Amino acid sequence: MLEHMIGKHSDKVRNTIERGAVRKFAEAIDDAHPIFVDEAVGQATRYGKNIAPPTFPIVLDYGEIPDFELENKGLIHGEQIYHYERPLFVGEDIHCWAEVKDYKEKAGKSGTMGILTLESNGEDSDGKRVFRAEQVIIITEAVRKGMEA
Amino acid sequence: MSAIAEKQTGDTLETVTLSPVSRLDLIKYAGASGDYNPIHTIDQEAEKAGLPGIIAHGMWTMGNLAKLFTPYYEEGFIETYKIRFRGMVFLGDVISLNAEVSEQTADKVTFDVLASNEKDEAVLKGTVVFALYT
Repeated sequence: MLEHMIGKHSDKVRNTIERGAVRKFAEAIDDAHPIFVDEAVGQATRYGKNIAPPTFPIVLDYGEIPDFELENKGLIHGEQIYHYERPLFVGEDIHCWAEVKDYKEKAGKSGTMGILTLESNGEDSDGKRVFRAEQVIIITEAVRKGMEA
Repeated sequence: MSAIAEKQTGDTLETVTLSPVSRLDLIKYAGASGDYNPIHTIDQEAEKAGLPGIIAHGMWTMGNLAKLFTPYYEEGFIETYKIRFRGMVFLGDVISLNAEVSEQTADKVTFDVLASNEKDEAVLKGTVVFALYT
């Protein structure tokens, strides 16, 4: 159903790793550690600045993949992977984009499931990769049928 | 607190047990993450989706689990964080977060990580590769 989307990607979007957004996120996972939120503590670390928690990239804007629409309802988040070259720094600009990496269908107990892999990427202003993330989403039969209709 | 670089296979990080999951936890996470899927915050929407009640964002639990490593960021950083979502987290669940060293080399320590509920059911399982500054 989504096989034809494999390889399609969004254009890069510039995101600033905002101090306030990092603080709010760290608080929401009850991990408001000074290395994330205290500017003076951040300056005294080996990084010379604050860093963001490893799951923070979920808040970033990756742009729209052309012709790609996914209903929010009935999707199951199966797997999530982050791979970092270095931590994300508070205040830096990160250029992000997303790509449909893979799509497969598999017969399961409750009908045919779609297994969608989305990749999201972030690179710094020099074009160096900072992180790559992969998200595996299970699309249940009911949702799949709804999308085809 | 012992340094992460000195951990040996089978060593664990100190388990963290979260307070029972509250509605406010999930509302705060929805706001901070931008994931406003109503199955995480609105009872009727969760029921419409065939759930017994609202469930936590998988990413909320994954975000919480990472805090086991936060005290060690002067020694290194999380290079790979890989999670498989195994079970749903409901309001009132008491989640425990665990990490155990499965492998170590001169510049990396690999952990099996696990979040489980009060019935000892795994809700997340995965691995963290912590890269050391050498």
